[in-house]
Amino acid sequence: MDELSILIGGRAGFGIDRAGGIIGRLLNRMGYHIYIYRDYPSIIRGGHTFSIIRASKNRIASHRDKIDVILALNQDTLDFHKKRLNEGCFFIFDSEQVKPQMGPNCGLGLPLGKLLKEELAPEIMRNTCIIGALTKAIGADFGILEDTLKKELAKDLDLNLKVARRGFDAARELFNFEPLQQKSLPFLTGNQALALGLIKGGLNAYISYPMTPSSPILHYLAEIGDDFGLDVIHPESEISVILMALGYAYAGKKVAVGTSGGGFCLMTEGLSLAGMAELPVVVILGQRPGPSTGLPTYSAQSDLHFALNAGQGEFARFVVAPGDAEEAYYWSAASMNISWKYQIPGIILTDKNLGEGIFNFDLMLAGEIKEEGPVLWNGESTYKRYSAAKNGVSPLAFAPSKDAVIKVNSYEHDESGITTEEPQQTKMMQEKRLRKEKYLALDLENFNTVKVHAEKESETALLCWGSNKGVCVEAARRLGLRAVQPVVLNPFGAKQFQEALAGVKKLILVENNATGQLMRLIGGYGFKVDKQIFKYDGRPFSLEELEEEVKGAIK
Amino acid sequence: MNKINLDTYAPNTWCPGCGNFAIMNAVKLVIAQLSAEGLPLEDIVLVSGIGCHGKIVDYINVNSFYSIHGRATPVAEGIKLAKPGLKVICFAGDGDAYGEGIEHLIFAAKRNIDITMVIHNNRVYGLTTGQYTPTSPLGFKGRSTPRGTVEPPINPLELMLASGATYLARGTSHGIELLKKIFKEAILHKGFSLVDVLQVCVTYFNMYEYYNKHVYELKDNNLQDFNQALNKIREWDYNHEAPIALGVFYRKEFPAFEDNFIKDRPGQADRESKISEFLNKNI
Repeated sequence: MDELSILIGGRAGFGIDRAGGIIGRLLNRMGYHIYIYRDYPSIIRGGHTFSIIRASKNRIASHRDKIDVILALNQDTLDFHKKRLNEGCFFIFDSEQVKPQMGPNCGLGLPLGKLLKEELAPEIMRNTCIIGALTKAIGADFGILEDTLKKELAKDLDLNLKVARRGFDAARELFNFEPLQQKSLPFLTGNQALALGLIKGGLNAYISYPMTPSSPILHYLAEIGDDFGLDVIHPESEISVILMALGYAYAGKKVAVGTSGGGFCLMTEGLSLAGMAELPVVVILGQRPGPSTGLPTYSAQSDLHFALNAGQGEFARFVVAPGDAEEAYYWSAASMNISWKYQIPGIILTDKNLGEGIFNFDLMLAGEIKEEGPVLWNGESTYKRYSAAKNGVSPLAFAPSKDAVIKVNSYEHDESGITTEEPQQTKMMQEKRLRKEKYLALDLENFNTVKVHAEKESETALLCWGSNKGVCVEAARRLGLRAVQPVVLNPFGAKQFQEALAGVKKLILVENNATGQLMRLIGGYGFKVDKQIFKYDGRPFSLEELEEEVKGAIK
Repeated sequence: MNKINLDTYAPNTWCPGCGNFAIMNAVKLVIAQLSAEGLPLEDIVLVSGIGCHGKIVDYINVNSFYSIHGRATPVAEGIKLAKPGLKVICFAGDGDAYGEGIEHLIFAAKRNIDITMVIHNNRVYGLTTGQYTPTSPLGFKGRSTPRGTVEPPINPLELMLASGATYLARGTSHGIELLKKIFKEAILHKGFSLVDVLQVCVTYFNMYEYYNKHVYELKDNNLQDFNQALNKIREWDYNHEAPIALGVFYRKEFPAFEDNFIKDRPGQADRESKISEFLNKNI
């Protein structure tokens, strides 16, 4: 077996998410590449929640519909997902909760409640018990699970080990999933990779108001912030978030904020202020289906144009959409550098699939990147916060700075930062601010802003961005196609994009939205797509689903 | 001591007789005094919102951040948290701070963050040509309420006291000596301080005569007594005719928010080894 997909499901409150993480880590320790898709409703208890853990010999970043093992903690899990069952699929279930309607050889029922009772264990440990059974079922050693649990669980480790052992002993081997002799990689959510990338880029402060799917960044940084000397703040609103962040930037501290579409709506006035006052700030925008509240715990790629256009007036900005954990790490560090080098806002577009998906993380693949400092005032001539340089970038000074009066201004202003309404000054300053984006565009030619994957010579290409990367690249590989992924969306590298498309006769667009936002963007540069594949039900494409669609499109 | 020049070349565009002059002059004098007493000028950052008051930062030659309507407070908080050694003095209008920005003001008071808010409370929108504000009296006839407002004003000091502010005072633009005294105290106060200045708009809501008739200066009040402060604050509700107390209502020692944020930042090499450590932990 080259790969394995396991689905674990139950009600919100069962600890499904955590259990999925443990299974992923178990398989990770067996040397496999892992991707976990997490699906949960916006409910604290009840509803149906599940995770699909996929392990493969190859690097992957997508899930499949074809499931090899279903772990059912309740009847819903079986009823909702039995359509995913295929030949050779097994399910392991809580025999006290689930009535299977399939043949007797297919399933493995365990009386989880009874086993737990005998160990005086709480109900939440049904998870550990069924994971014990899974370990046996796939022919793995108990020792691997033991090591995993030791690393994963700080609380009640002994009891969990006992419960896992009971599950292991009560099960039987269904097939043998051989461990691989290769080094295990770190195992991260996209959000964790983003957070570490920000730190790599020199983060001093992270300010955020909770909102799915970016709250986990706030939680993670609040947890580890002390190790890095970070200020991690949760203020009263997203408006406050970005304005506080601009205060930090004014004082010379590198800062990032995180939110989702609704919060970003509130931040737009602050974003525009950043544009006018030329203050660097990195905004993580976790897209989810909208408009308005939409589907809070699901995913979409429908805020691209919002990110490109948010804020009144015209100002330079950097917009990037990483597609996996390595790109999330690399580009969040790069965003921090770029935002400070050009004194502009940087927006990192992510979504729930990238942010909350769990990936293997290969630091070597992420690419070398170092924190860079901004252009600083040399202390010689009279300080002017907005001195009009050739590339539009004025040297920075930060309070307290002897001999420099540092004035930033939301109003149109002169080079010293004093308000002006004078037409020549207005024009000069507007041009100065916009010039920065042109120089940034030149700078970006040294970066890999448009990636080409899979069959690079194929005349048919899939066009994707953001979290669709994983599934598109894999589908392209299987179907012998090229996959093209613009990573930086503003300033858009039309030249690199053209090169990436060289020789392409048929361009098939894949997006998680209903109107083709990337299509509209590239249309502005004269590029056209031949076929469109859209999905906007909040769920990511599975590999099989996308393959089917693409096969239809290339017919 | 060299006389410091706090002027800028920005032409002043306030109306003649505007109450903002008194605030600006008092602040400049206080800054000069603090500087003479050893506070480096570069340690001061002024923040303003939008409205006539906002221009004050153009007219004083120290560090400043000219923010946007309602949002001066969170900017001031960010600067203070980023560099706790700075003295952050934040100017805001009544529409600005008590209207659009009220949420921020309540939270800044709740946090007891060490910033000073000076509210230019002229009880009318000036720069947008004369609409009512959160502190305009009931029945105020402005351009958006030609038949008079039907909502009573809020008492901002009462709200700030309830929110946890640790220094609360009131002045008027006809009392520069008192303004100087309370501005200096407010700036030196460790924690959230707010001075509500009854700053008269001569063009849209000229209250000079009214205030001159009703104001009196607080004497011998117990500044630590919450209830006494509340009673004094409630004496005039910004609506009905009553004596209007000026001076300090309340002052309390309480830990400031930013004290939790002062910490060492590891060097870049340390950060990188820690990132690797976190990655390894996640295998």
